[in-house]
Amino acid sequence: MNNTRRNFLKFAGLTAAGLCVASAGSVIAAGTGSTIKDGEKALKAKRWGMVIDTKKAGTKEAIDALAKACHSVHNVPDIPGTQNVKWIWAVGFEEAFDQPNNYMDESLEKRQFAVLCNHCSSPSCVRVCPTKATYQRPDGIVAMDYHRCIGCRYCMAACPFGARSFNFMEPRLHLDLANLNKSFPTRMRGVVEKCNFCVDRLADGKIPACVEASQGALVFGDLSDPASEVRKVLREHYTIRRKPALGTEPGVYYII
Amino acid sequence: MKLYNGGKIITGLVIFLGIFLAPLAYNAGKAAYSQPKLKLPENEKECVESKEFMRTKHMQLLNEWRDYALRDGQRFYVNSKGKEFEMSLQKTCMKCHTNKAEFCDKCHNDASVTPYCWDCHIQPEGLKK
Ligand code: SF4
Ligand code: SF4
Ligand code: SF4
Repeated sequence: MNNTRRNFLKFAGLTAAGLCVASAGSVIAAGTGSTIKDGEKALKAKRWGMVIDTKKAGTKEAIDALAKACHSVHNVPDIPGTQNVKWIWAVGFEEAFDQPNNYMDESLEKRQFAVLCNHCSSPSCVRVCPTKATYQRPDGIVAMDYHRCIGCRYCMAACPFGARSFNFMEPRLHLDLANLNKSFPTRMRGVVEKCNFCVDRLADGKIPACVEASQGALVFGDLSDPASEVRKVLREHYTIRRKPALGTEPGVYYII
Repeated sequence: MKLYNGGKIITGLVIFLGIFLAPLAYNAGKAAYSQPKLKLPENEKECVESKEFMRTKHMQLLNEWRDYALRDGQRFYVNSKGKEFEMSLQKTCMKCHTNKAEFCDKCHNDASVTPYCWDCHIQPEGLKK
C-alpha cells in the first residue's frame, strides 16, 4: 500500500514539475524563429542625467512651457484642485532645496525652479515598490510599467521629492481627447505616474520634450561620459542637487 | 435492494437533468458557432506571425513585447522571415488594424473576454467623452 502511494506521489510531483517548466517558456522562444533587438536610432547612455540652468528657465511661465511640452507628449491630464497629475512643474527655492534662508538675495527669492523626477541612482521608490512596477533601467532611468502598478502609493511615500502623482480619478475625463498623442498611452484611475526621462522618445532617437522646448536652458546627456555636454556644463558651472543628504543620488543638477 | 424514498430521488434526478440539459435542448437545431467576420487591413496581407499563431497567442506575444520594450529597452521584433516590427500596440498593431470595434472587439465579445488594454492604450478611432 505504502509503496503504491509513494509512487503515485512521485509521479504527481513529476507531472507538476513538468507543467511548471512547460508554462514558464516564452511564446517568442517557442519556435517562431524570431529575434529581438534594439532600434538603430535609439539614443543610449550608461547614465542619463540632466542639468537645469535656473537663470535661463527661472520663471513660472518658462517652466509652464516645459510642462506643456511634456504633458502633451505624454497625455498628462490637467485636473483643477489638489489632485492634479504633474511630471514637471515650478516651485520656489525653499521647497525645491529644503534650505530656508531669511535673507536671500532677491533674484533667488523670486526665482522658480523646474522640478521633476530625479532618476536617482539609489531610488527609494524602486526599493519599496512591491510589484516591480517601478524599476531602474541599466541606463539610470527610473521607469514605470503601468500594467503592474496596483496603486498602493508606497513609492509616493518613499520618494522624498514628491515627484510622483496618483490618479485619484479617471485621467481621461481631464484630457483633451481630440489632441492626444496617439503613439503614447494614457493612464487609468488608480495608478501612479511620473516623468520617465522620455524613454519613449530616446528609443526613437529624440531628446526629451522639455529639453527640446527649453531653448538651451535644459541639457540632457550621459553623466558617465566626460566628453558629453552635460559633463561640460557641470564642469563650467556651480551646481547643486535636491536634498543630497538623503542619499538617493539625484541625476538632475541645478545651476544656481 | 430497496431504494428508500425512491420516488422523490428519481423525480429529483429527472428535474435536475432537465435543468442541466436545458441549454442543450434550447440550442439544439440552431446554427453552430461561426467565427465573426473581421475587417482585415487593406494594405497588408501578413501579420507579425502566421494567422494561426496570432489567433491563439497574440496575448502572450503582447505580454512579452511589453516586457522586452519596457524592461530590456529592446524595442524591435524580427520575425522568422526577417521582417522588423517595433514592439508597440499603438505604433505597430493599430497602424494596420485601424478599427478596434471592427477587429478586436468582434472576437473578444464572442469569447466574452474584456481585456483591459484600452483602459490606457488609445484605440485608433480615437476617444470620445
Ligand atoms: S525622484 Fe523620487 S520618484 Fe524619482 S527616482 Fe528619485 S525617489 Fe524615485
Ligand atoms: S503605487 Fe504602483 S509604482 Fe508605486 S509602489 Fe505601488 S505598485 Fe509600485
Ligand atoms: S524628461 Fe521627458 S518625461 Fe521628464 S519632464 Fe522632461 S519631457 Fe517630461
